[in-house]
Amino acid sequence: MNKKRTRDIILSALLAAAVGGILAWLQADSSSHSYAISIIERSAIYAVVAVAMNMLTGFTGLFSLGQAGFMALGAYTTAILTIPVEVRQNVYYVNGIAPWLENLHLPMIPALILGGLVAAAFAALIGIPVLRLKSDYLAIATLGFAEIIRAFLASPAMDTITNGSFGLNNIPAFKNIFEPVILSAVCILLMVLMINSSYGRAFKAIREDDIAAESMGINLFRHKQLAFVVSSFFTGIAGGLLGIYMRSIDTKTFQVTLTYNILLIVVLGGIGSVTGSIIGSFLINGGQEWLRFFDEPLAIGGVEIPLFRTGFRMVIYSVLLMVVVLFWRRGIMGNKEFTWEGLFGLFKRKRKKETTGGEA
Amino acid sequence: MLKINDLKVNYGGIEAVKGISFEVPEKSIVTLIGANGAGKSTTLRTISGLKKPSSGSIRFLGDDITGADTHSIISRGITLVPEGRHVFPDMTVLENIKIGAYLRKDNLDDDINWVYDLFPRLKERSWQMAGTLSGGEQQMLAVARALMSRPKLMMMDEPSLGLAPIIVQGIFDIIKEINKQGVTILLIEQNANMALHCADLAYVMETGQITKQGSGNELLADESIKAAYLGKKK
Repeated sequence: MNKKRTRDIILSALLAAAVGGILAWLQADSSSHSYAISIIERSAIYAVVAVAMNMLTGFTGLFSLGQAGFMALGAYTTAILTIPVEVRQNVYYVNGIAPWLENLHLPMIPALILGGLVAAAFAALIGIPVLRLKSDYLAIATLGFAEIIRAFLASPAMDTITNGSFGLNNIPAFKNIFEPVILSAVCILLMVLMINSSYGRAFKAIREDDIAAESMGINLFRHKQLAFVVSSFFTGIAGGLLGIYMRSIDTKTFQVTLTYNILLIVVLGGIGSVTGSIIGSFLINGGQEWLRFFDEPLAIGGVEIPLFRTGFRMVIYSVLLMVVVLFWRRGIMGNKEFTWEGLFGLFKRKRKKETTGGEA
Repeated sequence: MLKINDLKVNYGGIEAVKGISFEVPEKSIVTLIGANGAGKSTTLRTISGLKKPSSGSIRFLGDDITGADTHSIISRGITLVPEGRHVFPDMTVLENIKIGAYLRKDNLDDDINWVYDLFPRLKERSWQMAGTLSGGEQQMLAVARALMSRPKLMMMDEPSLGLAPIIVQGIFDIIKEINKQGVTILLIEQNANMALHCADLAYVMETGQITKQGSGNELLADESIKAAYLGKKK
């Protein structure tokens, strides 16, 4: 048992080193690898939101669709506080900036945390009425909330703070690929720690059977609220990261489609699996890009294939998603986590199959 | 230890429990028997705080716990094994057991060993998902989970529900064993024969009221009880 444990630690360290090495290699020649870098950064950020959503949907059994709203809150808070003071007049060129905000500036990390806290505060506020609802009703209520946030941020009354419908730009970018990846990794790690703690066990108990959970002395409302607030906190941070990644945001960035994208990642990766969400994030974000060659004209043997044109990529993408959902009904990982043991088990099983197949 | 006085509970307009009073002495096994709809489960749910009473009082170890929150009641040492077991199906047996001790912050190892000694079957299945256990094993798990909170009073709602007679016998043996180790037990049963045989004190409930009370043996000998619950032909 102990031997396996050391082996797993060594393998995990090797994996981390390999990932670090690849990132460093990409970073060393960032201009020619900018495409790959941007995909990795986006995937890492989406992974944070996906894990946060999974904590709610997969572990606590609360189906919320308010992710885009909380991301918007985090993104706007972070963006407003990190745009350099010198360029603010250019950003708010139409309506000007509120005087109390003019010189308020924070470095990236405190601004991100503040963004998370704003999202968490709103979550705590709406959690009180909304968390009394169950399943679909909760989803509808949070979906509505996200839209209200979006409308509120774009409203003329907020012009001098959020720049209304003009959006914000000149948000300082990440200095290198390590910043977003490491920040995302830290966020995910903190959530994993929470899921594995006794709180996580209580969340799972609520998901499985709320009557039994309550008779174990678990305060249902307080734990649901806790899961909701913590999930929103990290969703807010991820929103802030997305803002920094995109460098310019407006409220259209945070439409419902963003939430659906995250939901897709969670479902594809496996509801109730953290590693599933991470893998799902890289697959979805990567997949959308890798399939781009379907959009370019293609000629086989001099014959132009008529299907290959702009937009065909999304058709293939949708078909692939349907295939995945059909064959892995519980997502790629189900509710299991990635373990080295499981990976080796997979190979062993395959080899066994091959040998028995050979005999027959 | 537990004293219920003139307890009334409503569901909407319907009065499910119509003013009952009874007592559970320390270190005893007390049983409430009665037909479906007599208000037995409602009584247990009210004691554990899952349902609020409309009037009356519940006192536990001298403190008034009427209408208190479930977690504050559990932390005083009352635990409920709910009807139909309600184990957490997609969690392992060990995780289920640990959840039982949710309100405790101290070391659990001794207690885990204790419940594994009581139920060696569960130890073998430690890593199995609770949903894949048989009905009898799930009942054992529900009891083990309840014991993890170190209860002074364990309330059990129909532990024999849906189990084969031989398994039921095993469950009742365990109940007696747990009682010997100092846990007071309040038991609800339809299986009146089994329940009365192991109870020190028994109450018969009918349509929200207590109609008879006495020691287990007294009620076993009672003609009307025999006719109504023990299946004796007149």
